[in-house]
Amino acid sequence: MRYAAPTSVAEAVALLGTEPNSRVFAGATDLVPQLRAGRPEPGVAIDLKKIPRLTSVAIDDGTWRIGAAAPTSDLTANEALTADVPGLVYASGLIGSDQIQNRASLGGNLCNASPAADAVPPLLVNTAQAVVAGPDGERTVPVADIPTGPGRTSLRPGEFVVEFLIDRPPPGTADAYLRLIPRTEMDIAIVGAAARITLDADGSCVAAAIALGAVAPTVITVPAASGGLIGQPIDARALAAVAAAASAAASPIDDKRGTVTYRRQVAGVLAKRAVAEAAGRARNGDGP
Amino acid sequence: MTITDQRPGYRYVGTRPVRHDGLDKVVGKARYAADLVLPGMLYGHILRSPHAHARIVAIDTAAAEAMPGVRAVITGADFPELPADDPERNTTRNLMARDKVLYEGHAIAAVAATSQRAAKAAAKAIAVTYEVLPHTLDIREAMAPGAPLLHDDVFTTGLDSEPSEPSNVANRTCYERGDIEQGFADAAVVVEGEFVTKAVHQGYIEPHACVADTGQDGKTVIWCSSQGHFRVRSQTAAMLGWDTARIKVIPAEIGGGFGGKTTIYLEPLAVALSARAGRPVKLVMSREEVFRATGPTPGSVIRLKLGAADDGKITAAKAWMAYESGAFPGPWAMLGCMCVISPYNVENFLIEGYEVVVNKPVNVAYRAPSAPMAAFAADTLVDEIARRLDMDPIELRLLNCPSAGDQAPYGPKWPRIGLRECLEAVRDSDHYRSEPAPGHGRGVASGFWFNIGEASSATVNLNENGTATVVTGSPDIGGSRASMALMAAEELGIDVYDIQPVVGDTEVVGFTDVTEGSRATFATGMAVVEACRDLKRQLCGRAAVMWDCDSDEVAWSDGQATHRAGEHEPLALAAITAEAGRTGGPLGATASLNARGAGPAFSVQVTDVSVDEETGRVTVERYTTAQDAGTAIHPDYVEGQMQGGVAQGIGWALNEEYIHDADGVMENPGFLDYRIPVASDLPMIETIIVEVPNPNHPYGVRGVGEVGIVPPIPALANAVYDATGARIRELPLSPPRVLAAITARNGDGG
Repeated sequence: MRYAAPTSVAEAVALLGTEPNSRVFAGATDLVPQLRAGRPEPGVAIDLKKIPRLTSVAIDDGTWRIGAAAPTSDLTANEALTADVPGLVYASGLIGSDQIQNRASLGGNLCNASPAADAVPPLLVNTAQAVVAGPDGERTVPVADIPTGPGRTSLRPGEFVVEFLIDRPPPGTADAYLRLIPRTEMDIAIVGAAARITLDADGSCVAAAIALGAVAPTVITVPAASGGLIGQPIDARALAAVAAAASAAASPIDDKRGTVTYRRQVAGVLAKRAVAEAAGRARNGDGP
Repeated sequence: MTITDQRPGYRYVGTRPVRHDGLDKVVGKARYAADLVLPGMLYGHILRSPHAHARIVAIDTAAAEAMPGVRAVITGADFPELPADDPERNTTRNLMARDKVLYEGHAIAAVAATSQRAAKAAAKAIAVTYEVLPHTLDIREAMAPGAPLLHDDVFTTGLDSEPSEPSNVANRTCYERGDIEQGFADAAVVVEGEFVTKAVHQGYIEPHACVADTGQDGKTVIWCSSQGHFRVRSQTAAMLGWDTARIKVIPAEIGGGFGGKTTIYLEPLAVALSARAGRPVKLVMSREEVFRATGPTPGSVIRLKLGAADDGKITAAKAWMAYESGAFPGPWAMLGCMCVISPYNVENFLIEGYEVVVNKPVNVAYRAPSAPMAAFAADTLVDEIARRLDMDPIELRLLNCPSAGDQAPYGPKWPRIGLRECLEAVRDSDHYRSEPAPGHGRGVASGFWFNIGEASSATVNLNENGTATVVTGSPDIGGSRASMALMAAEELGIDVYDIQPVVGDTEVVGFTDVTEGSRATFATGMAVVEACRDLKRQLCGRAAVMWDCDSDEVAWSDGQATHRAGEHEPLALAAITAEAGRTGGPLGATASLNARGAGPAFSVQVTDVSVDEETGRVTVERYTTAQDAGTAIHPDYVEGQMQGGVAQGIGWALNEEYIHDADGVMENPGFLDYRIPVASDLPMIETIIVEVPNPNHPYGVRGVGEVGIVPPIPALANAVYDATGARIRELPLSPPRVLAAITARNGDGG
């Protein structure tokens, strides 16, 4: 296995084109454990962190551009980003320990394609777009279209994610993310739930999105749960309906981390709580 | 906080100096076995069974031996077959499978090569033909007729009649006293239940590691991490069929053991590889190997029934206790039987224990082995009795509390013990005297552990500048070096930092048993004190030479020789050692002993928890533990042991468990999915050191390493019940299980 560290997107694309058995990485916090567990080594491991565009975090004409390889500790330290998408930043800060946070990235979290990836539900409720580079140039696709199943993505050979685009949320909007882990940290979500809520001046919901992690082969959005909120106040009745719809939308599996019954039940609980938390932030003006 | 029965005024004992080995550990300079690199050293890798149970039809190592960099390949055939009655026979068959593999992870061959990568590749190239057999992982299933049989030469012992068929039940133990029928007839309240616990791992941070260097003279030197290097020597010798004189074992620093490093896994393999290759060989386990191949503590199924009179006096106990022992028989059910009702005086009881082999790694000791599962059953039911009788759970325990002279359920009369004092300490604590916060549930439990003595040796040498070196044979797994130094300082009257405590190898210090059973500070400490007292006699003799008087005119007090009649100015220790060459040569003393009179240990704990009723997640909000230390030689490390036991007990209670797939393959062999607690999972664990000195130790030491892990499981289960009204009798109290219990409670109209 060789190591390469291109310094531009073009150089990385070229390298991927000439080295068929190569693999890109950002923090390598998934790659290294996989190699240690006996997965086949790539011929070339391509480090994307030396490409400035992939590690920058900036707002540009009302749109956040978050480098796919930016360490999550750069996101949690960014106050402006935290004010705009507190749920996404909180989720980013849940991935691994403090040491891991200095390496782990949103791009890695997305492209590792775990159904339990913490950053993906908040990316989805914020309708984040991904800029993808490859042999045919760059294209912009919804983040939701990238994971296609556990460990699988829609990225074509030679492609990688360069950055994420998130439009600055409108006033009265906030997001939230919650996950259930048996411990308090250093764990993988048994269920994760993100919500983004926009309230009008009267406290009535004008826009809503809900996404669930670890309850299906990919992170899913739950329009059945969020749709019912529109035009409603976020009250106990509305939250109960969210919980029921989220539980119904969940199609989890039994595995070492949780059972179908438990995941279904908790998906509803976390969806409801995430909506309440996002609405609370939106109401208090904790969002943008 | 310390509650002291009676204590002489000590100068060093009971103080909290920085441990002598602390700085190097903090800065990463301490040397562990895996750190060692020798010139020409080879790296070993072990091939392990992918099957839970299979017959080995053939092993072909030819391809592996031909691979680049490979210097040696060994299999079970390279080790002698020990006779059936040899106590180490099962150890040797655990370290290298012979005709069958008995669990997933069972070692089957080993390779030494010039790099780790080459060794791993060669191990992969070993062709093993297996005939896969049905396996059994569950106690109840393994005990049932027709279960897959692990051994055709294991027949249940301890039955009334000799069985004609082999069985997975290796042994039945029974403890019986009084008339249980009458006892239950006298009861106003009878409670009973079946309690189920899963296998859990000791979870030490340092994986097993060793380096062996076998010379042309047929002798070998082993550097390794263990709780007892003399046992490493004897077990390695047994497996190789060597005389122990050919083996020298040098103890490396140890990164946690908790009982799991009281046996060997790697050393004979490293020696055999090294002997074949003629070069040193290092073997280091991965975390995954630690989980797949080293000792969990047993899973258990315990059925317990208790009766109590309406005043709360327990009148009868009936227990059926089955413990897994893993792939080979063990003593675990017997230990559970001895502990289960020991915190209570019960006149009528029948306690039966069954040792059951299953297709899992061979069980090894884990901090008060077998007692926590037993306490889960007993202290849950005692809590139920207290509720049924509307009594305070501590008052109920005080009413049934044994004290000196009462007969323990396992036979002997209790010596002076501190259970009552621990119960009173918790009852009077700020924690127990305050109401739980709204929504929090509170649980109380007690626990017992024997503690042991065994053989220890110590050598104390005085240096010419008046400092001392204390060499013992006890690996320091919990601060014992600091304790040895404090006891030596107290005896000799010199500063604790003028004493260098050292763990000596098998050739520089006398035989010493394993650091286990909370024995190091008790037994090895006793040897240190004995050697120091010998030295003080010698020092008085040297002072007599210097003063030209009879040695019985000299006394030792406060670190100096004094003339009884006051005819000479007192001589400090350093003044005598400076003149040692002139007065008779170097000063040193050695003591070797079999320590008797270990003091039984008790702990009483209270905890408050909150439970998320919608997710079943339990948060430990507050925790207080009281434990009888006898005397706390170094209170920091006593508190550390108390807190460590509680932390591990919390993990065991809430989340830890082995998860296997349908083929008997462990699915969670790592700390991501085998969930020991992280720091943020735990509240501050408040400690109350109770000191009821052990009369059989010069400083009253009981041993503090283990009993702290006994009460947490029932304390937390009782607290969860208090918070939710759901009684859970199966571990772990993980979110799905707690939520299911809450859901069931709601369904019952609760």
